[in-house]
Amino acid sequence: MSAFEILVTATFWAAVLRIATPLIFGTIGELICERAGVLNLGIEGIMTFGAMIGWLTVYEGGTLWEGLLVAAISGTLFGLLHGVLTVPLGLSQHVTGLGVTLLAANLSYYVYRLVLPISSTPPTISPFQSVTIPWLSDLPFLGPALFSQMPPTYLAFAIVAAAGYVLYRTPLGLALRMVGESAEGAEAQGISVAGLRVGAVVVGSALMGMGGAFLTLAAFNSFFFTMVQGRGWVCIALVVFGSWRPGKALLGALLYGIFDAYQLRLQAAFGQLIPYQVFLTIPYALSILALAVMSRRATVPQALMVPFRKGER
Amino acid sequence: MRFELREVTSPLLLLMTPIAAIAVSLFLCAGFIAVAGAPVMGAYGHLAKGAFGSAFAITETLTRATPLILTGLSAAVAFRARLWNIGAEGQLYLGAIVTAALGAHVEGLPGWLADLVLILSGGLAGMLLLLGPTLLKLKLGVDEVVTTLLLNFMVLLLVSALIEGPLRDPLAFGFPQSAPVSDGAMLPKLVAHARLHAGFIIAVVIALVVATIDGYSVFGFAAQAVGLNIRAARFAGIPIERVLVCVALMSGGLAGIGGALEVIGLKGYVTLDMSPGYGYTGIIVAMLAGLHPLGVVASSIFVAGVFVGADAMGRAYNIPSAIADVIVAVSLLIMLLALLFARYRLRWT
Amino acid sequence: MKVEPDIAIRLQRITKRFGPLLANNGISLVVGRREIVALLGENGAGKTTLMNILFGHYVADEGTVEVFGRHLTPGSTRAAIAAGVGMVHQHFTLAANLTVIENIESGTESFLRPKLARRWSRQRLCGLSSRFGLAVDPDALVGTLSIGERQRVEILKALYREAQVLVLDEPTAVLTPQEASSLFATLRRMAAEGLAIIFISHKLDEVRANADRILVLRAGAIVAERTPATATRDELAELMVGRRVVRPRRDPLPSGIPLLEAQGVSLHDGHQLRLDNATFTVREREILGLVGVSGNGQGALADLVTGLAVPTSGRLTVLGKPILQSDPRWLVAAGVARIPDDRHAVGVVGDMSVWKNAIIERVGTPRFSRCGIIRRNAAMMYTRELVERYDIRGAPLDRRARLLSGGNLQKLILGRNLAAAPRLIIANQPTRGLDEGAVARVHTQLLEAKRRSTGILLITEDLDEVTALADRIMAIYRGRLSPTIPAEIADARGLGLMMAGHWDETSNAV
Repeated sequence: MSAFEILVTATFWAAVLRIATPLIFGTIGELICERAGVLNLGIEGIMTFGAMIGWLTVYEGGTLWEGLLVAAISGTLFGLLHGVLTVPLGLSQHVTGLGVTLLAANLSYYVYRLVLPISSTPPTISPFQSVTIPWLSDLPFLGPALFSQMPPTYLAFAIVAAAGYVLYRTPLGLALRMVGESAEGAEAQGISVAGLRVGAVVVGSALMGMGGAFLTLAAFNSFFFTMVQGRGWVCIALVVFGSWRPGKALLGALLYGIFDAYQLRLQAAFGQLIPYQVFLTIPYALSILALAVMSRRATVPQALMVPFRKGER
Repeated sequence: MRFELREVTSPLLLLMTPIAAIAVSLFLCAGFIAVAGAPVMGAYGHLAKGAFGSAFAITETLTRATPLILTGLSAAVAFRARLWNIGAEGQLYLGAIVTAALGAHVEGLPGWLADLVLILSGGLAGMLLLLGPTLLKLKLGVDEVVTTLLLNFMVLLLVSALIEGPLRDPLAFGFPQSAPVSDGAMLPKLVAHARLHAGFIIAVVIALVVATIDGYSVFGFAAQAVGLNIRAARFAGIPIERVLVCVALMSGGLAGIGGALEVIGLKGYVTLDMSPGYGYTGIIVAMLAGLHPLGVVASSIFVAGVFVGADAMGRAYNIPSAIADVIVAVSLLIMLLALLFARYRLRWT
Repeated sequence: MKVEPDIAIRLQRITKRFGPLLANNGISLVVGRREIVALLGENGAGKTTLMNILFGHYVADEGTVEVFGRHLTPGSTRAAIAAGVGMVHQHFTLAANLTVIENIESGTESFLRPKLARRWSRQRLCGLSSRFGLAVDPDALVGTLSIGERQRVEILKALYREAQVLVLDEPTAVLTPQEASSLFATLRRMAAEGLAIIFISHKLDEVRANADRILVLRAGAIVAERTPATATRDELAELMVGRRVVRPRRDPLPSGIPLLEAQGVSLHDGHQLRLDNATFTVREREILGLVGVSGNGQGALADLVTGLAVPTSGRLTVLGKPILQSDPRWLVAAGVARIPDDRHAVGVVGDMSVWKNAIIERVGTPRFSRCGIIRRNAAMMYTRELVERYDIRGAPLDRRARLLSGGNLQKLILGRNLAAAPRLIIANQPTRGLDEGAVARVHTQLLEAKRRSTGILLITEDLDEVTALADRIMAIYRGRLSPTIPAEIADARGLGLMMAGHWDETSNAV
C-alpha cells in the first residue's frame, strides 16, 4: 500500500481517534490546571497510576466503567496532593510535579507487583469494544472511521465541548481564567484563589487518570511498565500548541494521532530498510517542533507558575 | 495561618532537613511495607543491613552511588540556575553509547589516556544533547522541561537502534547489547571481588571541582544570580545567555560522564536497562542535598543505600523492588516541605 | 444604641504588626457619606496597610471595623465587597488578557449558574459608565488600554459591585495633572450621589485641593486632622514628617562637556515604537530632569542609557563612545552610575547576601576577582567601607539583601555607584517609596555629585523633585520628548501640560 493510500482507509482514521483519546483526556486535564495558573508535571505518573488501577479494578471483577471511575478518583487524590503542596504551601511547581510523577508511577508498579507476581505472559482483561451508533455507523467511510469508536472516545469529545463551554460561558470558568491571569485581581474581587486553583488541579488530574485508564481498558488490555511512554509530556506540549484553548488542543491531539498512526503504518511498510525506532521518534520530534513554533505566539496565562501568598507584604 | 520569612536560615537546620525528610519518608512508607505483609521493623532492618551492614554491602552502595553523584550534580548545577534539565537520563545514555562506540577502538592508547578520552567524549555527548533545548529556550522561549523529557525517549530509541544495529555485539547470543569496550580501557576495581570501581573516586573528585566552581568562582556567582533573579542579574551586566549556555554544558556534560563511567567501570557494554532511572533519581538526590555539590555526594550514597538495601529487603520478604523508588519519591516531597519550614516560620493569626 | 446612617466607616483602635514592624498603631477614624477624606502621610506611614485591613486583604491584630454600623468580618475581601466597600488599588488588579467586561463581571455571579448573564452585565456596565462619565469599551482587551483607561475600569469594577464606600490608593500616581483633576471631578460627583470616598496620597497640594477632611498619618498613627481651610502646606508637611521639612535645592553651576548625547534616537520593540526620535544632551555639572507619567517611554529611554537596549535608529553616545551593543559592564567600567526604578526587583538580587550585591556590577574586575576566582576578602572590605560611609543599616554583610528596608537598599545601591566616582549618573525614580529623611539624603548626594562635575539624568514622576533639583527639564509623552526648558521658567501647570503632550504652547525651547 503506498504512503498516500494509507491516509484514505477508514481503519487509519479509526486508529487516529483511538491513539488521540488518552491524549485528549490528558491535554484537557493539563489545560484546566494551567488555565488556573498551576503547572502539573505529575501528569505522566498520574496517567500511569490511572492505567494500573483502572485495569486492576476490572481484573478484580469490576465493570469497565467502574475501572474508569476508580482511575479518575486516583487522579483526584494525586491532584489534591500536588494542589495542596503547590498552592497554599507554595512549593516549586516544577519539582513537586516531578515528585508526584515519580511517586505515582512507582507506586503503580509497586501495587501491581504486589497483587500479581511476575509471569511470562501478563494477565489480560476484556477491554471496551467499539459501539455502533444507529445510522451514523453505517455511513460510508465516515461510519467505520469516526462513528465506530469505543465509548470513552465519545466521552473525550464531550469533555472537550464541556471544557470549552465552562471556561468561556460560565461564571465558574470566567473566575478560573481570572485566577490564571491575575491572582491579585481575582483576590481583590473576593474570589478564592487557592480554592479555585486546587479545585482545577483536582479536576484536571481526574481527567489525566481517566486518560491513563483508556490505555489499559481500551487501547490495550493489560498493564505493562512502560505503558505511558511519555504521553503525559506530549500533553503538556499539546497545551502550548493549542494556545491553552480546548478546541485547538483537541486539534493538536488529533494531529498527533495522525502522525503516530501514520508512523506505525510506515513501520509496517518500510521496516526492512529503516530501523523501526526511527519511526517511533517521529511523534516526539514533532511535539518538540510544535513547541518551537508555537511558544512565542501562544498567549500564556499570565499567572501561570506565579505563586500567590495571601497577605504577604 | 501565614508564612513569615525567617531572618536567617541556620546551617544546622539546613543539614538536619534532608535527614529529617528521609526519616519521615521511611515512617510514611512503613504502611506500604505492612500492606505487603512484611513486619516493618524487620524489613527496615534488612534494608539497613543490606545497604551498610557488611563490607560488601558498602561496596555495592558506593557502586550504585557513582552514577547518582554525577546525575545529582547535573541536576544541582542546572536547577540552581533555574534551568530545568530533566533530560539527565538521555544525556547519561548518550554518554554511555558514545563511550561504548569509541571504546572498542582505543586499544592502542595507554589505559589512563583511553579512559580520559572516553570520559571526555561521554561528557561532550551529554553537553551537546542539552545544548538543543537550551538554545530553544533562549531563542524561542520554549520551556526546557518538556523538550528535555521528550529527548530522553528519543535517545533511548536511538540507543536501541544502535545496539540492535551497527554497534551490536555479535557474540552476545541475541541479547541486545553493544560490543564491549577494550579491556585496557576499563577502570580498575577498588576492592577485589566487588563491583566498586575507580569511577567512584572520579565522581567524588568531580564533585569537589563543581563545589569549588560553585562557591568561589565568578561563574558560580553569576549562575547563582541568574537563578535567583534574572532581571537583576541582567541589569548588573551579567551575560545571561552565555551563563545559561555554560550551565547547560556543565549539566549535560556531568550526566554524560555518568554514563561513560558506568560503561568503563562496570560491564564495558551498553544495554537498554543499564539505568534504572538514574537521571530522574539524580533530581531527587540533588534536592535532598539542597542543591549543594558536596551534599550531593552524601545524599547519593544514602539514596543508593535505599536501593541496595531494598533489593536485600525484597529478597527476604517478597516486597516488590519498586518500594525503593516509592521511598525515595516520598522523601523528595517531604524534603520540599522541610525546606519550606526551614525558610519560613508558620504563624497562626 | 443609636444607629447613625450617615456614618459609612468606623475604625476603632486598629493595630497591625509585620514581625517587628508596627504598621498601624491603635488607629481610630470615622468617614461619613458624601464626604471625601484624604489619608495623608509619607511613604511607609501605614496608609495602605490600614485600607488593606478595611478591604480584607489583611487581618488586624487588634481593633474593629464597622461598615454602615455593622461589624465587618476580618480578612475577607468578599465580606468587604458585600458590605459595600470598593477599592481602587495602586497597582491595578486587572487581567491583561481578558476584556473589560470579563474583568468587571468575574466573581459577581454564583458559580452554580450555568451561563454568564452577559447581556445584563453589559447593560449595567454601560449604565454606570454614562452615569459617572467613565467611558470604556466593554470588549477591549485590558492589555491594550492606556493607564488612565485601566483606572476607569478599576473604578467601574467597584461601582459594579454597588460600592458605597470607595477607597483609592495613590490614584494620581500614574495620571497627568489634567487627568487627575478629571478624576477628582468624577469623585465629587460620586460623593454628591451619596458615596463615601477615601483616598490615600502623599501629595500635599492634591489633598488640600480635593479633600473635605485631611487625616495625617505618621509612623502608624493618626497625628492630626485638618481641613484644607485650616491647614497650610508647610504645616501639613511638618505634621507628615514630624519635623521641619527642608529639601535641598539646586545650585546652578556652569555646565561642562557633554557626557551623554542622543540624536534622533528611536527604539522599536517588535511592533511597538517605544521611543520616538529623542534628542537631548546631559553635560557635566548639570542635572537634566525628565518628567512623565509612567508608561510613556521612560522605561525605553532608561533601558537605552543603562545598557539594556540598543537604539534601532539614531545615535546615542555615552562618554564619547557610540552605543552599538548592550553592554552594562562597559558602562559601569567607564564611570556610568545606574540607579534602577525598581530597587527590590532589579537593583539587587534579594536572596543574595549584602556583600555579593555590593560587588555584583563589578564582580569580574581585577579588584574583586583573580583568574576567575572571587577575592572574598577584598569584597568584604569594600562592603564594610560602603556600610560605614553610607550608613547602611539593617543587615550584616552575609545576610540576604532583601531584609534591608527600602531606604537602606537605596543607600546600598547609591553607595556602590557613588563609591566609584562616576562621571554620569542615571537616576530613575530614585526616591520613589522613600520616607522624607531618605528623600532628603538622596537629593543631597545627587547635588554633591553634581558639584564634583558629574552629570545627572534624573527620570522622575515627582514634580516637586524635578523642580527642586533639575537645571533643565524635558517631558516625555507617548515616546516623544518635549523641548527642554530651563528650570527657572518651569512651574507645575506648565510641566503638567507638557506631561500630557502639549508643548507647542510653552515657550523657550532650550
